[in-house]
Parts: sequence; C-alpha cells; structure tokens
Amino acid sequence: MASPTPQRRPIPLAIALDGPPVTGRPAAPERFDASGHLRLVRLAERGTLDFVTLGDAFGRPGPDALAVLSRVAPATARIGLVPTVTTTHTEPFHVATSIATLDWVSGGRAGWQPEVSLSAAEAALFGRRPAPAPDAAWREAGEVAEVAARLWDSWEDDAEIRDRAGGRFIDRDKLHYADYAGEFFSVRGPSIVPRPPQGRPPVVIDATGSGPEGATVRQVAAAHADVALVRAQDPGTASAARDDLRSRARALGRDPDRLLVLASVEIELYASGDAVALAELIGDWYADGAADGFHLRPAEPARDLGLLVDGTVPVLQHRCLLRRFYPGATLREHLGLPRPANRYARAREVSR
Amino acid sequence: MTAAPHPSDPSTPRQIHLAAHFPGVNNTTVWDDAPPATGRGAARHPSLGSQIRFDSFVHLARTAERGLFDFFFLAEGLRLREHKGRIHDLDVVGRPESLTVLTALAAVTDRLGLAATVNATFNEPYELARRLSSLDHLSDGRAAWNVVTTSDAFTGENFRRGGYLDRADRYARAAEFVAAARELWDSWSGPAPEPVRHRGAHFDLTGPFTLPRSPQGHPVIIQAGDSPEGRDFAAATADVIFTRHSGLAAGQAFYADVKGRLAAHGRRPDDLKIMPGVTFVLGDTAAEAQEHAAEIRRRQISPQNALLAAEQIWGADLSGYDPDGPLPDIDPDPHSELAQGRVKIADPAAVVAKWRALSQAKGLSLRETVIETTGRQSFVGTPQAVAAEMDEFVRARAADGFILVPHLTPNGLDPFVDRVVPLLQERGVFRTEYTGSTLRSHLGLPEAVTPVWQGEAS
Repeated sequence: MASPTPQRRPIPLAIALDGPPVTGRPAAPERFDASGHLRLVRLAERGTLDFVTLGDAFGRPGPDALAVLSRVAPATARIGLVPTVTTTHTEPFHVATSIATLDWVSGGRAGWQPEVSLSAAEAALFGRRPAPAPDAAWREAGEVAEVAARLWDSWEDDAEIRDRAGGRFIDRDKLHYADYAGEFFSVRGPSIVPRPPQGRPPVVIDATGSGPEGATVRQVAAAHADVALVRAQDPGTASAARDDLRSRARALGRDPDRLLVLASVEIELYASGDAVALAELIGDWYADGAADGFHLRPAEPARDLGLLVDGTVPVLQHRCLLRRFYPGATLREHLGLPRPANRYARAREVSR
Repeated sequence: MTAAPHPSDPSTPRQIHLAAHFPGVNNTTVWDDAPPATGRGAARHPSLGSQIRFDSFVHLARTAERGLFDFFFLAEGLRLREHKGRIHDLDVVGRPESLTVLTALAAVTDRLGLAATVNATFNEPYELARRLSSLDHLSDGRAAWNVVTTSDAFTGENFRRGGYLDRADRYARAAEFVAAARELWDSWSGPAPEPVRHRGAHFDLTGPFTLPRSPQGHPVIIQAGDSPEGRDFAAATADVIFTRHSGLAAGQAFYADVKGRLAAHGRRPDDLKIMPGVTFVLGDTAAEAQEHAAEIRRRQISPQNALLAAEQIWGADLSGYDPDGPLPDIDPDPHSELAQGRVKIADPAAVVAKWRALSQAKGLSLRETVIETTGRQSFVGTPQAVAAEMDEFVRARAADGFILVPHLTPNGLDPFVDRVVPLLQERGVFRTEYTGSTLRSHLGLPEAVTPVWQGEAS
C-alpha cells in the first residue's frame, strides 16, 4: 500500500473555512464584512498552513468566495488562498481573469477549486439552461480548467518589452490565441491579464468521486488538478483513491508526483487533547502512505482552528512533519510544485 | 445621509466631485522610460510603474483617498485590440479583472468609492448582482458599477454566448439587467430573503438572493455614452454619467439636456451627477504647463502611433508612408475592417479633409497633424488656473465634477492631489474631510429606491 515515491516533508496541510456563515458581527443584523474571515485566515497563517479553501455555491448565503479572499489577500502575507469557483453557468473567460487577478493581488498565493452547479434551483437563478447532468457538468469543468490554463499561458512571461526605439510596448509574437473549441464553449483569447505570478495558479479538485459521475471527476482531477482532495474516514480509502488518481495521471502522460493527493478529513476539536490526537492521526496516516498531505474540514472553524494552530501544529512541528515558517512566497513554493513552463513558449522553441 | 451642502443654497458654492481613473490601456498613457522633459514632476517620475502589479493600484487608490476623492474608477477590456489582423502592440496593454482588484483595494482604503466597469452583454444578472453586492458588503458601502454594453462579435469570440446585439437591444437589455439586479439587491431587506421572480424580454430568473441588502442598498450605477439611447438610459437608471469633456458650451448643452430628461422619470436634477473624463497638465507657469503638455502629446503619439492613427482613419495600410512626411494622398476606405476592438470612425472622409486643411495651413507633417488633432489635454496651466477653470466649469453647470485620467502609472495623480486639491478646498468647492462613509454619501445621492420596472421602452 505504501507508495514507492519519497515522502514529502513538510506535509502539505490545508484548512477549509466553510461552516456557519461568518458575519463578523454576529449580534448585528446580517452584515457580511470581511472581519470574520480575515481573523480565521490570519490564524491559519500563524500556523504556517499551506492554504485555506473557501467553498461557494450560487445558493450559499454570504458573499462570493473569490471576492472574500481578494479582500483578505492584502491583509495577509504568505498563506495560499483557494476559493471555490463555479464553472456551471459562468463565463470561462471571466473565471480565468478573476483567478489570475487574485494571483496578482496576493503576490502569487491564489489557487482555485472548480465546482459544478447541479441543482434546478441554482439553474433557475440564471434562467438560461436547465441544470446539467453531473457527468456533463464535470466534463465542462474540465474544459474550463483547460481554457483557464491556456489563457494564463496566452501571455509569455517576457511579453512586455517597452521597446522605446521601436515604439512597441509588447512583443506580440509572445501573445497567443487560446483558440479553444470544446464540447461546451469556445474561447479565442488571448487573456486581457498578463500571465500571473505563479504562471498557473494551482487547481484544487475534490476528487472523492462518490457519485455515479465519480470516474469522470477522477479523470478531470487526474488531467487538470495540481492538488486532489479525497474525503476519507480511514487511511485505506485515502490510499486507494491516491493510487487510482496517480495511475490515471500516469496514463495521461503526467508525472504523478505533480499531483498531490490530500486526505480531506472532517475534524471537531473541543480540547487540547483532541488537537494532540489529531496530530497523532495525521502522523500515522502519513506514515502509512495514505496521502501526500491533509485538508482539514473543521465543523466550526471559529472554534476548531485555534485549537488546531495552538495544539496540533506544534506537535507536528516537533516531529519535523510541519514547517515552522514559510520559506517561500507563493502557494506553488509552499507545495513544492514548480512554476509551470509556458506551453506556447515551449511550442515556439520546438518549432524554431 | 450626510449633511451635504444644499446645491440650491446660494451661499454655498457648487461642490465639485472628483474621481480618479486608473491610467488606461491606450495611447494616452505614457509608458516609455524617459523622464518628462520639463516640469517639477521630472525628479519624481524617474521611471514608470507597472500597469498590472497590485502596488500600482494601491498607490493610485491611496493617492485618490488622500485627496478625498469620491471614487476610483477602472475601465474594462475583454478582447485585446487588433490592427491589420494582428494584436496591437504600441500601447500599454494588460490589466486585472476589475471587481477582483477593487475588492482587494477595499482592504487598503477606508472611504474611497470603488467603481468597476463591467459589461452587461457578457454577464448574467444573478451572478453580477452577487459579485457587486459582495463588493459593497466587503467595502462597507463603496461599490459602483459602470454599466457598458458591447456590440461586436469580435469581443464575443471570448465568450460562451458570443454574438452581439444591435444598439437599441443592447440598451434595452442593459436596462432590464439593472432592473433585475436591483430586484435581487432589494429582495433580502427583512430577516430572510424573499424569492425574486423576474420575467422579461431578456431575462427569466427565479429564486432567493444570497446576500442581505448591502450597505448602500444599491451600488452606485454609472453610465458612459453620449448617444440619445445612452442619455435616456442614464436619465432613467444611472446615478453618475461618465461623459467626454467637450468644452464649456458643449458641456452646458449636454448637462441641460440630460438633467432635463430626469423629471420624466420622477427624478430630481441632483439625483444624477455628470462627470466628464478629463486630463490635466500642471506647470509653475502657464508657458511651462503648455510646453509640458506638448511634450506629453509627443510622447503619447510616437511615429508608429501616428501612422496607426492615420491607418484607422484611412482604413488602409500606410506602412509605406513616412510619419514625418506629408499626409497620405489617397482617399479613405469607409468600409475597412482594419481595426478591431475600437470605436469606428463615423465619417473618415470628413476627418481626412480636416487634417489636410490643418496640415496645409500650418505646414505640419503627418505625425505633427495627429499630435495637433488628438489627445489635447482638458486642463493645462498652473494649479491656480486649473482650479479656477474646474470651479468655473461646475459653477456654469457644464459638469458636477470630473473623472481625472492621469497619463502616468502610478504617480500621475500625485501632483493634482498635492497642488490643486488644496486650492479647490480654499475656494470652498471641495470637501476638507469625508463626512460620510459610503460612496452614495460622498456623491450626495439619495437613498437607493427601486423604481418599478415598466418593461421595455418602445
């Protein structure tokens, strides 16, 4: 069961900030300012966690998750910021430019978690088309991930030249059309946003794949994800999902070590003893090779996160499983994922 | 609402509203690395900043807030412009997505309004209403939406729905879009959301909104455009018009026309602010300012840019012509598709005739003619003269204020805030502190109420 690949230290550790709506002023009338989320993200950053995820859905009360994390970005320094972005009913071009912008405003700390909208109630909020079948919705999510990656690559890193003598601001040979035409939509490109600091902000996909569309979700994750989340209550389940995802990635021609599989575990911490037990569990699962890292889903972030940061994190640090500070600046650096080469620059080199 | 001076009180001079436009993705933004040849700005602008890095946005927004401006304004582009079938490469290009960068700026400013240009053609009411309400919540009531529409299939190639609408349909759709958004914004006014049921010619949506009514009730609505359809749309719907600066008399005519349309919609003249987009150049003397302005225009219009400007008018490849030589001797092609993603020139033959006359009268080269006819700055002079002229513009009811477009990123607004704002304050025509916390309060706008949408205008 244990993977033959070398284990990573520190262990990637992420936290979900979902839970009861965070209003910041619980006593006041419903008011969604950023203070509640900001407090939580700062706490997670104090624990040197790799990233936070913030879930979203069109029917979920509260502000747009990408907006919340954009608002949090300038008030934090190192932690990765991964909002859920819905790929059903939305424009792939806007999705790509918004995430690229989160990467610019955060100095390279953005990621995103594609999600689909399957309910008739959410489809009615748009009124353009009926809710898609789960399998089709995930194929479409894969297409959005593909077109986003192409749009982020559509500017080479050195496209801006400011050539005074020639009067040229950009070298247009280093801007590229995405020219994407798939089953669900087409996008011409290039992007309006220059290539973001990380090249491509990491794609995080919940690849638990428990429904009938599970195989499609796994396949989309194997093709597009940098980080796959697998909801599991025991190490065997996590390990089997990891093996499946790695073999799918290998079959697609990807290096499976570039796909981190995090066991996504629900937690409830009531006392510091719980926090220590969680550290034991993480250490044991990791030693078993069940996962490359962990994504923790607190039942109540406002309660559990403090105990996690002050109880679980120091134990893992003591066992040299977790970093004590951020040696890098970007989310990719935290995760040990290299900045991807630009596909169009590479194509140009090859054709030369 | 705050106690803004009552405009009809004769003892209170008419107050000026000010906004800052992030320097544009076009040739008005000077990007080359040479310092300005003259003017006291030279030492302070040794090089020009990034148009995309967040610190540029932070600097400009904080400068605007230091100057007590009403709002910070971002334009939008959804397709890179093309010329002769290739991506246009002469001007500043590359920008962030507006709503995301403004939400981030909410973290580093406290009072400044945050205005995003967002196209209604390539969005859906529910999603955009949610994003705008999110910005209003996360900024404690500082959001504004500049509603624009697009007609061209060229831009549509980047979007699922592609295609385009004709001009009249674009405004009808935009009006229904704003109406639907306001229904959503109003739907959670009590303890729980009330489901919205909107059914019209363009949209058919049902369900509850996910955010309670935001601090401003409705984000401020801005509209840009001078066409009769645009004016009617603004009179019915907008809180601010972003118009072009067109001289005192033309400004007064526009102002009277638009304000005159408000009563038909049950609105008062002060319910809609008219703010032209303007440029400025300062100098210690009038002569120095003029010299500096001419130098900026020379740098905005490089030889390559002059040729390109001419190609857009002639609709022909002019690469064989010398920008420092005479005007092309051929006739323009009014049906050319040479330029994409730009506003079409209505009557190229008339423009060519005007240019020829000017070139002959003054002995100007092609480039000198372009410099002479385009990009002339709105306000050029000493800080005292610029403050006086702006004050006069507003007193004469040619505008309620201005949207300033600096020509440098990100320091272009600093001289105005340092040197002109204090003079406007001395004149008693500009605030000396923020008295309210929301953009609506800065602009002296009434509380947001929802006019009943009466379906499509005929």
